[in-house]
Amino acid sequence: MLNRGRNIEKGRVITRRMFILAAAKVLLFAGISSRLYNLQISDREKYEILSDKNRIREWKTPPQRGIIVDNFNKVLASNDRVFQLHLILDEINDFDLTVFKIKNLIGLDKFQLKKLYKKKERLKPWDTLVVSDNLTWEQFSKINLYLHELEGAKPVLSTSRFYPYANDLVHIVGYVGDASPKDLEKPEIKENFVPGLKVGKYGIENSQEKMLIGNYGIKRYEVNASGKRISQIDYIKEKQGNKVNLTIDIEIQKYSQELLKGKAGSICAMDIYTGEIVAMASSPTYDPNKFTHGINQKDWQEIRNNPLKPLINKSIAGLYSPGSTFKPLVALAALEYGILDPNKTIRCKGHKHPYELYGVKYHCWKKEGHGYMRLRNAIKQSCDIYFYEMARLLGVDKLSIIAKRYGLGTNVLGDLYKDEKNGLVPDTKWKRRALEQSWYLGETVINGIGQGYIQTTPLQLCLMTAQIANGGYKIKPHIIKDDSINYKNVINKIKLDQSNFPLHERNYLDDINVEYYQRMYHKKSNINFVLDAMFGSTNEQYGTSYKSRYDDLKYQFAGKTGTSQVRRITDLDRELDLDTEQIEYKKRDHALYIAFAPYKDPRYAISVIIEHGGSGSKAAAPLASKLIKRIIDRHKLREQFNNGNTSLA
Amino acid sequence: MLRERIQASNYSFLDKLRSIDYLLILLIIAIGSISVFAIYSTEGGKFSFYTKNHIIRLSVFFSLFLVLSFVRVSTWYKNAYLFYFVGLVLLITVLFFGISASGATRWINLYFLNLQPSELMKIAVIICFARYYHRIQSSDIQSYKFLIQPIILLIIPCYLVIQQPDLGTSILIAGSGIAIIWLAGLNIKYFVYSGLLLLVSLPFVISILKPYQKSRILTFFNPDRDPLGAGYQIIQSKIAIGSGGFFGKGYLKGTQSYLEFLPEKHTDFIFTLFSEEFGFLGSIILLLLYILLIYRIINVGLVSRSFFAKLYCFGFATAIFLYVFVNIAMVLGMLPIVGAPLPIMSYGGSSLLSIMLGLSIVMSCKIYNQEQISVY
Repeated sequence: MLNRGRNIEKGRVITRRMFILAAAKVLLFAGISSRLYNLQISDREKYEILSDKNRIREWKTPPQRGIIVDNFNKVLASNDRVFQLHLILDEINDFDLTVFKIKNLIGLDKFQLKKLYKKKERLKPWDTLVVSDNLTWEQFSKINLYLHELEGAKPVLSTSRFYPYANDLVHIVGYVGDASPKDLEKPEIKENFVPGLKVGKYGIENSQEKMLIGNYGIKRYEVNASGKRISQIDYIKEKQGNKVNLTIDIEIQKYSQELLKGKAGSICAMDIYTGEIVAMASSPTYDPNKFTHGINQKDWQEIRNNPLKPLINKSIAGLYSPGSTFKPLVALAALEYGILDPNKTIRCKGHKHPYELYGVKYHCWKKEGHGYMRLRNAIKQSCDIYFYEMARLLGVDKLSIIAKRYGLGTNVLGDLYKDEKNGLVPDTKWKRRALEQSWYLGETVINGIGQGYIQTTPLQLCLMTAQIANGGYKIKPHIIKDDSINYKNVINKIKLDQSNFPLHERNYLDDINVEYYQRMYHKKSNINFVLDAMFGSTNEQYGTSYKSRYDDLKYQFAGKTGTSQVRRITDLDRELDLDTEQIEYKKRDHALYIAFAPYKDPRYAISVIIEHGGSGSKAAAPLASKLIKRIIDRHKLREQFNNGNTSLA
Repeated sequence: MLRERIQASNYSFLDKLRSIDYLLILLIIAIGSISVFAIYSTEGGKFSFYTKNHIIRLSVFFSLFLVLSFVRVSTWYKNAYLFYFVGLVLLITVLFFGISASGATRWINLYFLNLQPSELMKIAVIICFARYYHRIQSSDIQSYKFLIQPIILLIIPCYLVIQQPDLGTSILIAGSGIAIIWLAGLNIKYFVYSGLLLLVSLPFVISILKPYQKSRILTFFNPDRDPLGAGYQIIQSKIAIGSGGFFGKGYLKGTQSYLEFLPEKHTDFIFTLFSEEFGFLGSIILLLLYILLIYRIINVGLVSRSFFAKLYCFGFATAIFLYVFVNIAMVLGMLPIVGAPLPIMSYGGSSLLSIMLGLSIVMSCKIYNQEQISVY
């Protein structure tokens, strides 16, 4: 029985201890339950966000760049599909290994590898490294095949810029390239940037970035733990950038470049009423497509070291003395200020008896002299002596007022091109301020033939010509189409004003309601005089560009030659009187020509500059003549197209 | 006395059927079915390898459970030491002929099953200790003479399992053994003293741990220490459970597991998956099922006459509790990740086999609950 009693005691102990254990179990289970409550109910939101962050990954998709078209909607800059390889740096554990694998897959050479490491150093650890932005299809498919072994690698289907007219337009349209840190400071780029995206580096591509860049898209994918995309949850489509419509006629632009082939120089052509730039060529040129994926060293050196300086956009960044092309404006200034009677006669006696002022001799370009000259003849035959005297009478300050009014001395296209130059129209104030010297009368004299301090860009000369040719009305040159203005109306009003002023008091320009359309002349007869003299210069015997004329009224144009000296002409030079070909290239004169066409009812102004081309009549005028024919041939088409467009709008 | 003799010797089959604990069987079936659905979900809703295997194992081991339930409890008692010995031999076999996976050698290839002897050892220790304390007088329990033997019997398998290395299972084996020593009535002061001793020796213990075990413990205290390495499992598991909310993300819609953010989701982290898809509600229901299961096992102990049956049932209930607690606490980030499966739910043959074996002994205790087992 003792045993039994002990057993009862033992049983009690076991049961009691079991209950103690059970109590502990209940407590611990309660602990688990409260933990579950914490996680699933109190902190649910936090973990839901974490879970979504886990499973959802966003990919930015690059926007397509807006296209650039010419006046006729011909595509000047389009987008091609390209294959790219990106590396997401913060997804990579062993960068060297990954790069090694990629190197073996797509075959990078030593130079490219070095570049890659250099690029990586500049990036932040969470940035995307663009390994290649232009893979071949073969490389791209290889990458995709081995993607699971390449941590952080991301094959990207993107687009890249393509310029079908390559060399013909680079100075206008510009080119694109990788965004530099400075580019990324621009808000429009910063907001829309996706790794690998190309941004405008020059020209329209650069200045119209806001229009062209578009908006990136977002693809949200559900991904698994190893980052593999399982399904697409959301896709906010990227938005292509806007189209930029240029006023350029690519056919004329192409032809201009063709005319300049092998030479250094510029051709500009402009509608004298609308201010639309039809062509703006600069030579030599280069291929913007080479810049899209980063230009290679050899090509870059070739462009950089070319003595004819292809990188300079000569139409707006090339500065030249206008030479005799300045003369119509000098004449206009003298007439407007009533300085001189156009019938005043001055005798040009040749090199033996040059114009003299305070003991300094000023020669006419013509050795034998022009003989007795009146103003019309002086313009027509480009007599320097007449202009020396006229400039002396006029004075540099008055001349500069008129020159500035007609478009010289300030940049033409505003901030469209960051390299556009202002040029220089000197006056006495300027000289005192800039050079801290007083003005010499001799400087006025040579200023009268477009030499000396005066510096103009070819586009400024074109604008000047246009504003004289349209009867002295201020226009605003532009290269991007402005649909807000009804140009048909503008042209009608200006023509009404031309024929009625000053018979009627009414200012027809008020009807246009565009602030920059203004009369710039005092007397219409002065403008007409200059235009007539320019007609003589081209279409009458002894005119300096007589050889380039057209007798057909349709193409008949009026122009003015110019030969701008790049250095002082010495007595020795005068004695030698060498042909252009015999002079060292760098020392040859620049050849210039300005013109407007057709003479009856003009519509276009052009300027041609051939660097070191010799005389304007031989080197520049013939090119202008050819171009004018082409422009006039295409005029009807342009008119129809543009009016069709405006009526649609 | 008369009643005892009759009932102890001659049970009719009908009596046996009558005394089966049907609620216990129902619970096993319930948890088993849930486990099938959970494993099916780990495979992304495809009926393939794991699901098929799990169903086969469940049915085979459940049948085994039913059959073994009718083995007399005295038979289990008589063979308790043998059971322990076989377990030990198998553990030693693992040491020499075991097959390895992910850095641990835990399995013996039995061709139809890779047996994990440490899982069997969990049951073997309980049954062995139940027998040991069954015969010891309550007056002797406190004496060192009778304490030294179970300690040795516990240290050998624990040591062998740690060598595999498998800290989790080793702790669970030790836990169930200590539970029975506690139940048998060893003075509380021993537990307090050894607890203090463990605390003092903790730095030493940590120093002999394998680096990965150390990192797991460090990670437990700060999961963000290495979010992509050792802390990854805990962080992802907590995200999965937390994002489940009250009702869960819905069956087969657990993004964390479906998108493979969860590691070992069909074994140790099966609760995470379940909790993500069925939320707080589902988790509490599952927890309640386990509590009921434990309660039923304790109940069998309470109605059993023999100390062996009582000790075994209480011990086994505690073991089940420990498995469930350690596993869930682990996936909830309350304990370090030590590798402990969730009973019945987790995919794994040996674990399921040992649980079913253990349950069949419980059932046998129930069926033969009036059987008196002589001390000798």
